[in-house]
Amino acid sequence: MTLVDQLQPAMLRVARMYVSTTAVAEEVVQETWLGVLRGLQSFEGRSSLRTWIFRILTNIAKTRGQREGRSLPFASLAGDDLDAPAVDPSRFDSPEGSSRGGWSTLPDDWSGIPEDRLLGHETLDVINRAIATLPPMQAEVIRLRDALGWTSEEVRNALDLTETNQRVLLHRARAKVRGALERYLSSEAT
Amino acid sequence: MGRDLTCKELVELITGYLEGTIRARQRRRFESHLAACDGCTRYLAQMEATIRATGTLTEEQVPDEQKVVLLAAFRNWRTI
Repeated sequence: MTLVDQLQPAMLRVARMYVSTTAVAEEVVQETWLGVLRGLQSFEGRSSLRTWIFRILTNIAKTRGQREGRSLPFASLAGDDLDAPAVDPSRFDSPEGSSRGGWSTLPDDWSGIPEDRLLGHETLDVINRAIATLPPMQAEVIRLRDALGWTSEEVRNALDLTETNQRVLLHRARAKVRGALERYLSSEAT
Repeated sequence: MGRDLTCKELVELITGYLEGTIRARQRRRFESHLAACDGCTRYLAQMEATIRATGTLTEEQVPDEQKVVLLAAFRNWRTI
């Protein structure tokens, strides 16, 4: 069941993006595994196995979602803040100012933070909570890329994203998670 | 060579830089800005630390009920 352990949580989340309830998402995932078994012989290894499984999953989930009359515009999954700045503009001087658009307050130096704090339970909680507040597609891209270590190509294929979309979603997601960590680490500082 | 990047512009290029998708000329501007800017060097280090910390997250355990349902489906499939 290793493959199930590895992929099932992400499969459920992705299915849930397209269908209305967790129960339906579970059915979609089940149907996907059966589709995987049926199609395994035709799997040609042109993509990774997990990418191929997610293609099957998203096809089934989208069809199911359409049948439910649930058609979601890309923006509702991706979020409407893709053009928002990665860093609060007030952190920079104006372009006409003395540092010509440079930092008005430097970011903190994190190099002195001990590993056990940076990677400790509380920090990971902060990251998890930050990811949970992201629009679903941003959350899934950062989870697959940074938490599960998928390549950009795998994520693009699995979630049916263009190269630009994948990068922009990852950029927004990482910027917000970094921001959450910054708030947490600076409030803990002294 | 074009004008220099501002810090505000650099932070928006960081994902393209880390992904290796920005063009060579842009990469050179990025790196020469970085070499002279403590703020952006720290920002990049923060981003790398964020990615490393996110990399230690683990998935939730798959509940046993879900596995039981799946195993039953797999078993049925094999006997068809």
